[in-house]
Amino acid sequence: MPLSFYKRPGLVVYVTCGDPDLTTTRDVVLAVIEAGADVIELGVPFSDPVADGPVIQRASERALKHGTCLAQVLTLAAEVRQHAQSTGLVVFSYLNPILRMGMEKFCLVARHAGVDGVLVTDLPVEEADEYLSAMKTNDLAPVFLAAPTSPDARLKRIAQASLGFVYAVSRTGVTGARQQLASDAQKLVRRLRRVTKLPVAVGFGVSNAEQFEEVGKFADAAVVGSAIVETIERNRGREAAAVGEFVKKLSAVSHQLSGKAS
Amino acid sequence: MPETLMAALDELEHEYEKAKRDPKFQRRLEELLRTYAGRPTALTFARRLTEKLGGAKIYLKREDLLHTGAHKINNCLGQALLVERMGKRRVIAETGAGQHGVATATVCALLGFECVVYMGTEDMRRQELNVFRMRLLGAEVRGVESGSRTLKDAINEAMRDWVTNVRTTHYLLGSVLGAHPYPTMVRDFHRVIGREARGQILKAEGKLPAAVIACVGGGSNAIGIFYEFIKDGKVRLIGVEAGGRGEALGDHAARFRGGSPGVLQGTYSYVLQDSAGQIATTHSVSAGLDYPSIGPEHAALRDTGRAEYVPASDAEALEATTLLARTEGIIPALESAHAVAEVVKRASKMKKSDVVIVNISGRGDKDIGIMRESLSLE
Repeated sequence: MPLSFYKRPGLVVYVTCGDPDLTTTRDVVLAVIEAGADVIELGVPFSDPVADGPVIQRASERALKHGTCLAQVLTLAAEVRQHAQSTGLVVFSYLNPILRMGMEKFCLVARHAGVDGVLVTDLPVEEADEYLSAMKTNDLAPVFLAAPTSPDARLKRIAQASLGFVYAVSRTGVTGARQQLASDAQKLVRRLRRVTKLPVAVGFGVSNAEQFEEVGKFADAAVVGSAIVETIERNRGREAAAVGEFVKKLSAVSHQLSGKAS
Repeated sequence: MPETLMAALDELEHEYEKAKRDPKFQRRLEELLRTYAGRPTALTFARRLTEKLGGAKIYLKREDLLHTGAHKINNCLGQALLVERMGKRRVIAETGAGQHGVATATVCALLGFECVVYMGTEDMRRQELNVFRMRLLGAEVRGVESGSRTLKDAINEAMRDWVTNVRTTHYLLGSVLGAHPYPTMVRDFHRVIGREARGQILKAEGKLPAAVIACVGGGSNAIGIFYEFIKDGKVRLIGVEAGGRGEALGDHAARFRGGSPGVLQGTYSYVLQDSAGQIATTHSVSAGLDYPSIGPEHAALRDTGRAEYVPASDAEALEATTLLARTEGIIPALESAHAVAEVVKRASKMKKSDVVIVNISGRGDKDIGIMRESLSLE
């Protein structure tokens, strides 16, 4: 199971699939892998992304304009898997497209595509029994979000239900870049450490090398999402190259920090 | 629901359970409903409408007479008292037709809370009077440009605000939608409608009605009037959805005609969606019914066969508006006009000894602009 972080901090990169089209997404993902990301989150566009800020909302609208759907994202995952065996692939989706496909069918197709894990952003752990059993049958890792507002008892439950890593939401709010990382993030990671040995990845608002480095001091990995999606938005026609350059800068931080540690 | 909100939902549920058992809370709510909102509302016998349709005896439950002009105030007062108990000072809400937004702005003014209302810009355009009312009451109205710029999109934006400010803010959701405990709690605050109506009809007619009819957007006024009658197995419960301008996906908001099970905004219910699980756009002349999902309790009532749900088109609702205005001197909100449209279709097929209650969930003042555009009266 390649949901592992080979360096510290590990790098998780989110892309909204189908923005601006699926061929570009594939090129971007391959460039991101080439540039050293450990895990790719393949975002499934949704009509009502309540957990997302304006950048990912816009990307979802662009992707939905030409009908990008979950089935196509899974086909894309299979293509990516042929090119990259050791990079983790996580499908990042809202619940409804998965329910519409059918939980069992989704998990089966995802496994055959070579997907390693799934993150359902609006599925709380207490509603997840059916999902968890379908995931288990198909050897898929369920990744759950932990929030700064989650009490300890919930953190424990989230950690117990998760495999691969736990995704720590850095602050209350939707996805998107912020000037400063909230102090919430470090506190949350510390609380999670008490209840799990799984790696903890911090996401929401990690948008540049400095913040990535900062997160690396207390977490195992960081998720960069909106900043990637914004790079795609701003670089029409040279999306893969632009994102590749950005991810290389982030990877350089990991190499530097890993070098110091050893 | 996003994980960030789960603790707040737990807190709300806990606080609501405590308040429900607290006689002081119940007394205060009852007093506000009576002395501020204007409860109980009348049950009016619609004599000329009954004669005109020539069938069942029609009664109107007059939620349109409440302060702010619709049933929405029942729930807003209840939740506002909970906000006070939880020690929060900032309230956000979504609104479609603007009635819930106005009711929220009103209770916030009454209790001194900061108030932000999210509203789709399409709805702001067609319900501009209510936008001004909210501002007059001291609320900030934030226009939402995404999606179809209607109720669903306003809820998305309110949820984004809530997820960001959850520690200080209460989301005063206006219908029997969203995650637990909202559908149950909002229903409970509206149960007073059916409780009154049941007592009033027994007093007036000495028997239960053959049918109770209400319009269903999210479904708060309908569940409010239905709930006390659920145990009366012989009373038919009829919900009326927005049939809009046609049967194609995107042209209506009849979830039970074109929808399938799905999850939207924390609720598992019937949802208008495409084959890939993307939520469909909807259309209705009435902003308050223009929503792609329906309260989960309505889905359960429908699946068990206890209640039935039918559509009424834009045209039928507009026609019913004129009819009620001219037979009874009551201009209903376009939402409530959908329920009137159903009694128009049904009354003549019923026995003269049968009694029907139609819930007039709100008054039509806010819709005068749309009515003027759509009805040529010269």
